[in-house]
Amino acid sequence: MRLILDLARGMLSRRRRQTLVSVLGVALGVAFFIAIASMMRGFQTYFVQQVIDVQPHIVIKDETRSPTPQAAQMALPDGAVSINGVKPVDRIRGIRAAGDKLATLEAIPGVAAAPILTGAALLRYGSRDVSITVTGIDPPRYTRVSNIEKDMLHGRLDDLRSTANGIIIGDGLALRLGVQLGDTVVAISPRGVSLQMKIVGVFHTGLVTLDQSAGYVLLKVNQVLQDRPNVVNQIQMRLTDVTRAEPLAREIEDRFGDRTESWEEQNRNILTVFIIQNAIMYSVTGAILLVAAFGIYNIISTVVFEKTRDIAILKSLGFTEGDVQRLFLVQGLIAGFLGAALGCLIGQLMIEGLAQVRFHTETPAGTDRFLLARDWRIYAIAAFFAVASAALAAVIPARRAARLDPVQIVRGAA
Amino acid sequence: MSEPAPLLVAENVTKTLPEGVTLVADIDLTVQGGEFVAITGPSGSGKSSLLYLLGLLDRPSAGRVLLEGRDTAALPPPDLAALRLARLGFVFQFHFLLPEFTALDNVLIPIRRRGALKLPQAQERAHGLLDALGLGAAANKLPEQLSGGMRQRVAVARALANDPVLLLADEPTGNLDTKNAAAVFDIFARLARDEGRAVLVVTHDAELAQRATRRVHLVDGRIVSDERN
Repeated sequence: MRLILDLARGMLSRRRRQTLVSVLGVALGVAFFIAIASMMRGFQTYFVQQVIDVQPHIVIKDETRSPTPQAAQMALPDGAVSINGVKPVDRIRGIRAAGDKLATLEAIPGVAAAPILTGAALLRYGSRDVSITVTGIDPPRYTRVSNIEKDMLHGRLDDLRSTANGIIIGDGLALRLGVQLGDTVVAISPRGVSLQMKIVGVFHTGLVTLDQSAGYVLLKVNQVLQDRPNVVNQIQMRLTDVTRAEPLAREIEDRFGDRTESWEEQNRNILTVFIIQNAIMYSVTGAILLVAAFGIYNIISTVVFEKTRDIAILKSLGFTEGDVQRLFLVQGLIAGFLGAALGCLIGQLMIEGLAQVRFHTETPAGTDRFLLARDWRIYAIAAFFAVASAALAAVIPARRAARLDPVQIVRGAA
Repeated sequence: MSEPAPLLVAENVTKTLPEGVTLVADIDLTVQGGEFVAITGPSGSGKSSLLYLLGLLDRPSAGRVLLEGRDTAALPPPDLAALRLARLGFVFQFHFLLPEFTALDNVLIPIRRRGALKLPQAQERAHGLLDALGLGAAANKLPEQLSGGMRQRVAVARALANDPVLLLADEPTGNLDTKNAAAVFDIFARLARDEGRAVLVVTHDAELAQRATRRVHLVDGRIVSDERN
């Protein structure tokens, strides 16, 4: 109601300085929340973006999540079966019927899949040996599941197909070996196969593990090198909608039985750290807002205390308890709204200020500044919590005001 | 045709505090429109308590108060507040104006709370009330810029804001000098005589009480005399 608003404004404007202090308290809480949330959200979004960018969204591996159940366990599902000294069957590892599975996966709309064989190898150039992970790929398919193509410094993935025994390596590895584009190195696998390989491309992803110890060759070449003909030990997948990764991974695992991991599962430890980070952020800013709420509680309490006569007169004039309660609640809300608005403004300024900061460090991830999320939802959350805590802080004194007995007040004053 | 119900009727009204102190006991009182009633009595005789009971600010422990024939004992607090807003007007010893608001805004508060008039009409009415009490020039002043007598007249204007049938005043002249006190009593007399309102005034000033048309004298919470001019 307009009248209640006018009365509330009149009462607050009389205590301008105190109001300003509690408004500032709320504003600072809101501003810090916005700035911190923007930094954290920015970093987290960037990180997830990187992960989604560099890593496959789903990886199907040539293993099962738990060891194959033994016959005795299957026969006695409820029995207390203990089996000792199990000797695993010496079978050829690899995803069975990989071709059929690939065809099934590629038929799903919005999904790209690529077969891969990874294995260890030793690269030798002159007297230098570096052990690396060799990934055997099928270039046209692999480009659909990976962004390695855009990280190429020299050459292209397709060059693997035009050169016999070509290999693409990271720039860090090239530096360690002291090789350049066009040089020939020797690759030796744990199975004892050794191949002469020509460097046809160099990439730089920014991830040290990849840049210093990874190499890409044709799938067929790696199958020869690893002495595992026709074997595929991973299927990597990329989705147009990354949020589908986890449910789709579960579906695939249920269907094929192979261990299937989504990017969320592979990065679970870091994503958990984010959750903890967010919890810390919310508790810190929650504490600031709590202090601000006490400020509001304090000012409304003081106003109620000083305004007992006015409350009595308003009640004698025919204001109901509800009117009086609203009158003081509105004052808290006004302080909350002003604080939220001012806080959004200060928060915006803080973000702009943080955006100017430069660390002057060359990080592999290629960022020398705060990664800031400019998301209106951060502002909305901060403003909502500010107004809600202001309302909560005002409710208690407002209820006390509503219950004041005008007769007692008038009698006391007379 | 039956006679219209009296404006205000108190039947056996008794107020006892939880601690056992009796403020007023067995009050029977009937007030008609146009009456100017002075409630007198020594300090602690229950004058103010009676006024609050009759003004629906307080509820009796026993007995009942009827306003315009309506029993108020069973009404919930919001209904009592609505009755106070529309039918009653209060003036207290201390003016009790809201200090943050001008004289005009103070008079406007009950009118706006009732919401029967649009703002321009409400302002017109408030100006009219202030003018009638000789406060036309003070309309836009804050209470602290007004003299005690003027403030009390603003309080009277505010009490009249919603055209009440019953005006209740608790020692309205307690803080005023003789001249201003007489002026306020003249206003009350006029409101009763010319406008047909009932006016109930608590006072301990016997001389001023003489200006009323009826004097109810209280001792120890009981009516000991009830005389009319």
